[in-house]
Amino acid sequence: MLGKLTLSAIPYDVPILVGTFIGAAIAGLAVVGLITYYGKWGYLWREWLTSVDHKRIGVMYIVVALVALFRGFADAIMMRSQLALAYAGNPGYLPPHHYDQIFSAHGTIMIFFMAMAFMQGLMNIVVPLQIGARDVAFPFVNTLSFWMTTISFLLVNVSLFIGEFSQCGWLAYPPLSEQQFSPGVGVDYYIWAVQLSGVGTLLTGVNFFATIVKMRAPGMTYMRMPVFTWTIFCTTVLIMVAFPILTVAMGLLGLDRYLGMHFFTNDGGGNQMLYLSVIWGWGHPEVYILVLPAFGAFSEITQTFSRKPLFGYKTMVYATASIMVLSLVVWVHHFFTMGAGPNVNAFFGIMTMVIAVPTGVKIFNWLFTMYKGRIEFHATMYWVIGFMITFSIGGMTGVMLAIPASDFVLHNSLFVIAHFHNVIIGGVYFGYVAAMNFWFPKAFGFKLNEAWGKRAFWCWFIGFYVAFMPLYVLGFEGMTRRMNHYDNPEWHPWLLIAEVGAVLIACGIVCQLTQLYVSIRDRNLAENRDLTGDPWNARTLEWSTSSPPPFYNFAILPEVHELDAFAHDKEAGIDTRQAGGNYQPIHMPKNTACGFLIGAFSFVLGFGAIWYIWWLAAVGLIGVIATVIARSSDNDVDYYVPVSEVVRIEQEHTHNLMAAQAAE
Amino acid sequence: MKKKILPRLTKLMSLSSAALLAGCTWDTLDPKGVIGAQEKSLILTSTYAMLLVVIPVCILTLLFAWQYRQSNTSAEYLPKWSHSNKIEVVIWAVPSLIILFLAVLTYQTCHSLDPYKPLEAEANVKPIHVDVVALDWKWLFIYPDEGIATVNQMAMPVNTPVDFRITSDSVMNSFFIPQLGTMIYAMAGMQTQLHLIANEAGDFQGESSNFSGRGFSDMRFRALAMPADQYSAWVEKVKASSEQLDSASYPKLAAPSEANPVEYFSHVDAGLFDDIVAKYNNGMVMDKSTGKMLHVQQSAMSDMNMKE
Repeated sequence: MLGKLTLSAIPYDVPILVGTFIGAAIAGLAVVGLITYYGKWGYLWREWLTSVDHKRIGVMYIVVALVALFRGFADAIMMRSQLALAYAGNPGYLPPHHYDQIFSAHGTIMIFFMAMAFMQGLMNIVVPLQIGARDVAFPFVNTLSFWMTTISFLLVNVSLFIGEFSQCGWLAYPPLSEQQFSPGVGVDYYIWAVQLSGVGTLLTGVNFFATIVKMRAPGMTYMRMPVFTWTIFCTTVLIMVAFPILTVAMGLLGLDRYLGMHFFTNDGGGNQMLYLSVIWGWGHPEVYILVLPAFGAFSEITQTFSRKPLFGYKTMVYATASIMVLSLVVWVHHFFTMGAGPNVNAFFGIMTMVIAVPTGVKIFNWLFTMYKGRIEFHATMYWVIGFMITFSIGGMTGVMLAIPASDFVLHNSLFVIAHFHNVIIGGVYFGYVAAMNFWFPKAFGFKLNEAWGKRAFWCWFIGFYVAFMPLYVLGFEGMTRRMNHYDNPEWHPWLLIAEVGAVLIACGIVCQLTQLYVSIRDRNLAENRDLTGDPWNARTLEWSTSSPPPFYNFAILPEVHELDAFAHDKEAGIDTRQAGGNYQPIHMPKNTACGFLIGAFSFVLGFGAIWYIWWLAAVGLIGVIATVIARSSDNDVDYYVPVSEVVRIEQEHTHNLMAAQAAE
Repeated sequence: MKKKILPRLTKLMSLSSAALLAGCTWDTLDPKGVIGAQEKSLILTSTYAMLLVVIPVCILTLLFAWQYRQSNTSAEYLPKWSHSNKIEVVIWAVPSLIILFLAVLTYQTCHSLDPYKPLEAEANVKPIHVDVVALDWKWLFIYPDEGIATVNQMAMPVNTPVDFRITSDSVMNSFFIPQLGTMIYAMAGMQTQLHLIANEAGDFQGESSNFSGRGFSDMRFRALAMPADQYSAWVEKVKASSEQLDSASYPKLAAPSEANPVEYFSHVDAGLFDDIVAKYNNGMVMDKSTGKMLHVQQSAMSDMNMKE
C-alpha cells in the first residue's frame, strides 16, 4: 500500500534533522497563523497563487529563490564547518551518509531552485515591461512553469524529513547513482525534482522566446531591444536547446533505475561516459543560461548609474549571441581526464577559451560605459564593480581549467570549486542581487534601503574572497572535492579561513534580510516612495509606467523610435504614457488555479513514484491529465478591462506624478 | 566586539602562515616528475599571459569608477558618447591575441602531455607496468611483470617511466598522484592509460579525485618513488608476503571496505586485470598494443564471482 515508505524512513534519530524539522514546522505554523489571523487566505489565493500576472509570478519566483538561498546556504555552512572540524582523526559532526546528501542538495538547490528561480523571476518582472508588452505570450503556461519549479523545490525539502536525498553529487554520475550502488530513494528524489522543474524551465524558455519574438512594442526592432532583453532572448534559446537534453539524461537514468535498463550501468552494455556527455551537454549551456541575464542586468545598471548610454551596444549584442552559440560546443571540458585523444581535448579546450574573448569584450564595454560618465555610487553599482573584478579573476581561472593539460592536475579539485563559485557568486549572484535592488521599486513602488544594501555587498564581497581564495590554494595542494574528512595538516588552516569566509557570507545574508525588513518598514517615507515610476532616471521602457505598474502594464502601447526608447522620449519631451489619450478596452487573461493544480498533482505523481506507491502516482498522473483537459476545453479564459477602469488607474498615476513634481 | 575577534583572527593568520612556512608544499606546484613539472610550467605561463589583461582590467575598473564619480565635476562628462571604432578594435584584439597564444599552447601541450603517450626514458631504462583497479574503497595495484599485487601502496623506481592501465571494479573513480601530475578516470569495463615518471625519490600522496560513495574520503594510497635497489627490495618484501590474490580470494578483497590498510600479495593470477575489465564487457578486453578486442580465457571468467 505504501510502497517503500515505512516509519523507518523518518529520520527521527538524527538530531540535526529533528531540529530542522521543528524549526521549519514552527516557521510554517507562524506563517499560516499570521495569514489566518489577518484573513488573507482569499487574497493570497485570488491575487497571487492563481495569478497569471507576470509581475506577481516574478515576485513569487524570487521568494522561492530566497528560500532556496537559505536552504542552500545552510547546507554550505554545514559543509564548511564539517571540514573545519574533521581533521586528523576527528570524524566531524556529519557522517558520510549525511554529509554526502548535503553537498548533493547544496548544488542541486543552488542551481535549480536558487539561481534558476531567481533568473526566471527577474525575466518575468522585467522583460514584458521592457519590450512594452502587456503580458507574456502564454500567461497560463507562465503560472504552470512557476508551480512546476516550486513543487520540485518542495520535493527536495520533503526528502529532508521523509527518506533521504541523493548522495551522488549534484549531477548524480552513474554508475554510483544506479540501483546497484544507490538502492535508496535519494536519487529518485533527485531525478523527479530535476525532471519536474525542468518541465517548468523549458516552458518558461518557450514562453519568453515567443514573447520576445512576437510581442515587442511597435518600432522595437531587434537592434533596438534593451540589452537585458537580448540576454534573456539568448538564454531562452539556450533553455530550449539544453533542457530537453537534461530531460533525456534524467529519463534514461530513471529507466535504468525503475525498469532495470542498461543505459549507464557498468554491465549489460551500459556506458557511464555517455551520461557525462549528455548531462554536460545540458550542464555547460546551463552556466550561460544563468550568467547571460546577469550580464544583461549589469549592462542596464551600469548605463543608468553612469548617466550615459551603454558603450558598444552592437558589440554587446554580438558578444552575447556568440557566447550563446559557443556555449553549446564546450561540454567536453568537464571530462578532459576521461581518456579522449589529444585532438578532441584540444578542440574543446580551445572552444572554451574562445568564449573568453566575447566575455572579455563585455567587461571592457562596461568599463567604457563608466568612462567619461557621472557615476552615482548607488548600492547596485557596488555589485557591478565587485562583479567586474571578481568575474575577471574567475574568468582567468576558468581559462586555466580550459587548457586540458592544466586540467589534468586541477580537475575535480577544490580549485574547480573555487572557480565556479568565483563565477557563479561573483557573476550570477552579484548580478541577480544588483538586479533585485535595481528593479525592486518597479515591482513594489518603493526603494530598497541603500545602507543595508551596501553592508550586504561588503559582507558578500569580502566573505567571498575569504571563503574561496583558500580553496584555490587547496586545489594546488591536491585536495579533491567532496571529501568528508582528511588528515593532511597543510589543508587545515586554509579550511579554517574558508569557514570564516562562510560566516562573513552569512552576515551578508543577514544584511540582505535586514535590508528587506527596513525597506518594508520605511516604505511610506517620502524618500523611499517611487511615485514617478522612474526612480533612477533610467533609459528603458519599464520605467515609463507607474511603480508598481498597473496589471495591464501600459494603457497605450508605447511606440519605439530608437534604442533606449524611454531615454529618447524623455529627452524629446514626448509623453510616453500618452496620458488622457484615446484609451481602448484592454484584453487580459483571467487568473486560473490550473497551474497550481497541475503542480500539486505533479507533486503527488513524483512523491508516489519516488516511494513506489503506484496508486498514488496514478492519482497524480490522472490529476495532471484531467486538469490539462479541463483547462484546454475552458473557453472562458480572458476578459476586457473597461475603459472606465483604465481611466481611473491612469488618472491616479497622473495624480502621483504631479504630486512628485510638486514635491521637487 | 572587535577586541574579541582580532586575537582570534591573528591566531588564525599565524596558524596559516606557520603552516605555509613549515610545509610549503602546494603539491601540484611542487612536482617531482617531468609530467607534473611541465604541467606546473603550463599553469604558470597561462596565468601570466592572462594577468596581462586581468590586472589592467581590475585597475581600470577602480580607476574609472573613482575618476568619473558623480562628485568629481572636474572630470570630463560625455553623456552621449557610446561608440568608438578604435576602442572596439582594441578590446576585441587584445583578448583574441592572448587566446590565440593560449590556443597554440593548448594544442601543443595536448599532444606533448597526452596521458596515453609513452614517455621516453634514458637508454637502458625499461618502463615498469602497473595495472590499477579502483575498488570500493581502495586501490589495487597489480605488477604483471613481477606477478605481485598491493593495496593502497605502490612503489616505483625513480627516473623510470611507469605505464599504468587503469580500470574500476565498481563505480567511477579518478586515479591521481598530485605531485607526479595528470589524473585519469577509472571506469568499469574500460581501461584508461596513463604514463607518469618520478624524477625524485619521495613518499607521495595518492587519491581518488572522483567522488565514489561512502568510503571515498579514505580511498587514499601512498606512491613511493625510490632508487632502483630499494625498489627491488620493496618487490622482495611484497613477494615475501603470505597472502596471494587469485580468483578465489579476489571477491573478498573486492567487497566494500573503508580505510583499508596496506596489503601485499606475493602472487597474483595472471590475467586478473583483463578478467576484471572483461566481466563488464561480454568477456572481451581490448589489446593495448593493437587496439583489437580479444576474448579472455573462458575458464578464468567462469571463476570470477560476478557482482550481479
